[in-house]
Parts: sequence; structure tokens; C-alpha cells
Amino acid sequence: MGIISAIGNNVVENYESLIHEKTGISRIQKIDTVHHNDIMVGEIATTNEEFIQRLGLPSDNNYSRTALLGSIAALEAVKNAGIEDMGSCRTGLVSATSVGGMDMTEKFYYEYFENPACQKYILSHHLGDSAKKIAEQIGVKKQFVTTISTACSSAANAIMLGARLIKAGKLDRVIVGGTDCLSKFTINGFKTLMILSDTYNTPFDENRKGLNLGEAAAFLVLESDEIVKAENKKVLAYVKGYGNANDAFHQTASSENGEGATLAMQQALKIAGSEPSSIDYINAHGTATGNNDLSEGKAFLNVFGEKVPNFSSTKAFTGHTLAAAGAIEAVYSVLALQNNLVFPNLNFKTPMKEFDLKPQTEAKHKELKQVMSNSLGFGGNCSTLIFSKEA
Amino acid sequence: MKPVYIHSIASISAQHTVDESVFLDQVESYEDNVLQAIDPEYKNFIPRTAARRMSKGVKMGIVASKLALSRAGVEVPDAIITGTGLGCLKDSEKFVSAIIDNKEQFLTPTSFIQSTHNTVGGQIALELQCKGYNFTYVQASVSFESALLDAELQLKTDEASNILVGGIDELGDHTTELFKVAKLIKSEKVSSEALLESKTKGVVYGEGANFFLLCNEKSENCYSELIDTAIFNTLEKEELTSELQEFLKNNQLSVDEIDAIICGYNGDVQFDDYYELLTDGVFAQTQQVYYKHLSGEYHSSSAFGFWLANKILKTQTLPKAVKLNQVKDSGFEFILLYNQYMGENHSFTLLRKC
Repeated sequence: MGIISAIGNNVVENYESLIHEKTGISRIQKIDTVHHNDIMVGEIATTNEEFIQRLGLPSDNNYSRTALLGSIAALEAVKNAGIEDMGSCRTGLVSATSVGGMDMTEKFYYEYFENPACQKYILSHHLGDSAKKIAEQIGVKKQFVTTISTACSSAANAIMLGARLIKAGKLDRVIVGGTDCLSKFTINGFKTLMILSDTYNTPFDENRKGLNLGEAAAFLVLESDEIVKAENKKVLAYVKGYGNANDAFHQTASSENGEGATLAMQQALKIAGSEPSSIDYINAHGTATGNNDLSEGKAFLNVFGEKVPNFSSTKAFTGHTLAAAGAIEAVYSVLALQNNLVFPNLNFKTPMKEFDLKPQTEAKHKELKQVMSNSLGFGGNCSTLIFSKEA
Repeated sequence: MKPVYIHSIASISAQHTVDESVFLDQVESYEDNVLQAIDPEYKNFIPRTAARRMSKGVKMGIVASKLALSRAGVEVPDAIITGTGLGCLKDSEKFVSAIIDNKEQFLTPTSFIQSTHNTVGGQIALELQCKGYNFTYVQASVSFESALLDAELQLKTDEASNILVGGIDELGDHTTELFKVAKLIKSEKVSSEALLESKTKGVVYGEGANFFLLCNEKSENCYSELIDTAIFNTLEKEELTSELQEFLKNNQLSVDEIDAIICGYNGDVQFDDYYELLTDGVFAQTQQVYYKHLSGEYHSSSAFGFWLANKILKTQTLPKAVKLNQVKDSGFEFILLYNQYMGENHSFTLLRKC
């Protein structure tokens, strides 16, 4: 696994922040926006120039911040997985993004016509460009490389596709994940939807005021049983179940009864061949918007009835990292399994009046066998992944 | 493993492709560097009030998907998988310009909401109340092939029995101007017939929506069988022929068994040599077909090529306008498609007559 987010530049730092309840939410520094006093974000401190230097890129590179973040996280994942030769088996890359090169496009939108120096970024605007660069960085050549963009469920879907490609025998190893940087485009977009909180986001709280946007990237290395056996690899966790369903309710909002999320969770349980009672912890989507937390909470009740497992949203740490969120939270789910630890849902005070559901507010040590992770997005896209200690 | 069939096809393009009963009988010839898709009668498919809020890409996607579904007699598919290189470009441009021009003030959410790349897939699901699997792929010139490969996986393993697959891209004025600045679009206007003789940098750009209903049960109306799809992020020129032969070998086929090769020639002097390697090489004696002079180049334009291949296999005819050479006019059993854009994101797609 590899990750970079507002709470850490790698897996170890992210874990440390999670257990020490250290949030990454702050006032925005890197983007000059008129909204800087009205919003808070999960921003990564490192500048593009520092990333460029760290990656050893030439000065005429045209990496968007999305591609830079993705490269850093994917390189860590590959290193941690102990992959020495990318060509030793059929290795693909499935990435996810929703912002892509928009950070550069919005910066040079009109300047492009006058300043040849910035025109290189015209080519890196499209969403597939970051996967191209990540593939270059980690040495994936002549292979299946694609990008998924289904808004806030994108990276969860990338993990799902990776698992299916291995299951079908199309690939032996797939590097899966997602990346999104902050941009004026998304800040203003979510601002117009009036779902940005002006303070620290409070998932599942009655008085939640909306989400904080964040930027992040995370990648995981999925390998087939054969590769694991042949190379005597240590398995961190198994992708046991996955489900994707469409809420088909509204272009941006989730249905109040949480139908899409319910279907996704049920399908994931079915694929995993597991009962709801086997889930020990849910890393919720929990964006802290009025709409999401109500819909997702209802979906928990639909699937788990009276016995909703411990759940928490880690978005109070990272902010909502859009297309990357599913991968960020997949890493956290695996960390939860490895450490037998339920991460705390920060900033929660008052239970929602619609139901009697309280997230886990303090780190809780307990034996975890299966962890569920939800990702719900625009366009009604709902995805659930189940990670397990056992195959 | 179950077989995969193309049950129905629908295309909105710069050609007259909406009417299923004709097959490029009357070809629109252009003298331009940007080709717009010919608008169908949107009001026959989308209520006027709803259509007013939609950009051309969304409208084209909805019409093409409705045609593909109705032609297959399927009301709600098990899954919807789309591919788009640049997504809903018009709304993205509208929102970015508004942010800059109004200094982040007085913005409305409509264009932001509609700018996400999965807008078309989400809209189709919403309209059909299709609660199944819904993915959108955005990998440049393999956006459509990624969708195709995903559908193929699910149908072969019987996770789904019918899937709506489509490719959509729309032109955006600002992006078109930027692409001209970056020389991605040819600086001169070129006539459709002379595209490959242009020998200049850049392409003639276009837009369109091509949708297909794929299923794993054969029916009388099926257009073709999808045998295999392969995607490569990079391919060196020296590797192209051997990878192609490997792909055919994996499908127990040889070069001589391919009845037509459909190439994504787009007139860009910098990258058309990839196709020449095949058409001058192992496929020199094979019927060669091209199409981007008719559709324009765009990230999901290979879906127009896929439409063309299906039309050829079903009708067993080959329109004059798409022939690159003269080898055969009938007897098409296997058709192979090869596409790449700017030397990246290569794909092979293999179809067989049904």
C-alpha cells in the first residue's frame, strides 16, 4: 500500500495521525480562492516543486498535481509490495480521478493562448493522463492501464475492477487506487451545492454542516493467489467482496432511504459469501453532508438491522478526497485489520434525530476479521468493498 | 465461459448513421479541421424541457443509448458502462470560465453537476431506473475499449446477461481552440477524402456517441460476436506486429484468417506510421478499412470504428468510402480493429460474424 494525504506522506504517518487523532483539516494555503475564510480543507503541505524534485522530473514536465500525488503514492505501494521486476508477471494499473489536470487548466485557461510555456499542460488536462504518468513512474509498460471516473466512488471501483481482472485470470497483478488534488473547480462546485462546511466536518452528527474537501492519493497492489504462492508474499488483506449499484434517484443527491448504498453493501456481502454479522467495522463514506450521512445511516439499518457494527468516517481527518477516497479508506481498512483497531470518528457530539446510530468516537481495540468500506458518489454511484484477514 | 454478442448498435456521428436501414449510402464530405456530429431529432427521445438543460454530449448519449436498447428490445440492462476521453466538456468549460470571469462569485451548480465524466452513465441510469452496475472509463483512446473489456468480463462469467456499452465525447469551443494552439488539431482545413494525403501534424477533430447492447445469448438479430479485446498503454513500433500476432494466436487465429483490418488512421503524420506498419506489413494483402475521415478523431472515436465493424459483419457489405485498398467486398468472417492515439493507449478488438 502507498498513500499521501493531509494526515501523512506515507502509510506509517497516516496510521500515526489516525491513532493520535491528529486531523489534517486546516485553512487553505496553496490555492488563492475568495472562499479561503469560508472553507476548510485537507491539504497536503508539500508543494508541486518539491514533488517534482523528489520524483526527479525534468523542468519541462507537464505533471498536474493529481499526477504528482498519484505517482508518490503508487511508488510507495510498489516499494512496500517488494516488487522488483514489474515485467515478471502481467501487471496492470487501474487508477481513478475526477479532477485530473483541472488544477493546471483553471490556472492557465486564458493564458494558454498567449504563453507557450504553459501550453504543455493542454495535453495533461484529460483524466487518463495521470494514469499514464503513474504507469511511467512505476514502470508498467505494454499492459492494461485504465482510469475510472465515477465521482466519489471512483477509487473503490478501481479496486473492484482490479479484483475482477485477477479473478478472471486477465492479469496476475494490478496496482489499483486513485488520486485527486484540490482545485478551484471542485471548491466552487461544492460551494454552489452548498455542502461545504465552514468549520471542521462532523460526520454523522445532528448538527453537521457539510464536508471539507481534501486532496490525496492511495494505491494498493493486488496479486493473484499464484503470484503470492510463487513469490512467497505476505498478504496484508484479501479483497473479499465488492458491490456496485446505482441509486438512480438524483444526479447529485442520494435517496433518503439509501437504496443504492443498501444494494451495494448487500451485493458485496453476497460476493464475499458473508453474513452481515461477519462485518466487524465499517469505514463509512460519511462525508458529513446532511444528505449523505442520513442516506448512508438508513442503508446501515437496511442491511444490518438492529446490529449495526462499529462504524466511523475518517473524513474528519482527511477531508473528502473525492475520486481518491475509496483508495484512502481501503488503506485505512487494511490498517484497521492489521492493527485490530477501529479508527475514531472525530468531532461527533450529537446523534442524528432520524435514528439511533452513533459512530465510534474513540480508537477501539478489538479483534477485526472483516472490514467494510463504502464509497458513494454523484450520478447515484454506490460502491462497497469488503476486506478480510482470511481468503 | 459464455460467448459475447453484439445485439444492437446505434451511432450518432458526423455521418448519417442514426437510421439503421442505411449504411453510409450517402457520405457527408467535409472540408474542415473540426467535424460536428449531426444532431438527431432530440425531441423524439428527450422531453424539450429536460433537453434544454443538457449539453450535446449528454443528449447524444441518451439518444444513442435509447436506440441501442430499443433495437435490442431491452428495457433495463443489467449494467451500464460508458467510456469518454474528455467527458462533458461544454459544462466543464462553462464552469471554469464562470469561476474565472466572475471571480468565484454568483455561480450556479448546474454546469458543475453536469461536468462530471459519469454524467451520461448516471443520467441513463436515472431515466431507466437502472440500479445495476454503472462504470465510466476515462483512459483517452482506450476509454471505450476499457468499457468493452469490462462488459466482456462480466458477460463471459455470466455476472450479467446484457450490458449497455457506449462511448461519448463532445466538442467544446474553448478546448477546440486550445487543441489548435497545441497543434493537436490540424492548422489547415482538409477534405475528408484527402485526410491521409495531408501529411501534416495534428488531426481533424470530431465528436459522437456510439452505443451497443452486449449480451451472452445469441439471437437472430445479433450483429457479431466479440471474441477478444486487448489494451496496451504503450507499444513500441518494433513490438506492434509481434503483439498483434500474439493476440491472434491467443484466439487460435492467424493473420490470413482476418477478412478486414479496421485502422484508426487519423491523418496525423507523426503517428499514422503505426497503422502503416500493419497495412504495409502483415495485412498488406488484407482488406483495409479506415473511418476517422468520416467521424473525426476523438478519444472514443474507436467506438465509431466498432459500429462500422458490426455494420460490415451484419450486412456483409463494405462501403466504398471506408476502403483503403481493394481486396474483397464480401465474405467477412473475422474483423480486427486496431487503434491508438498519439502513439499511446493501443487496442486490438476482434469480432466474428454471427
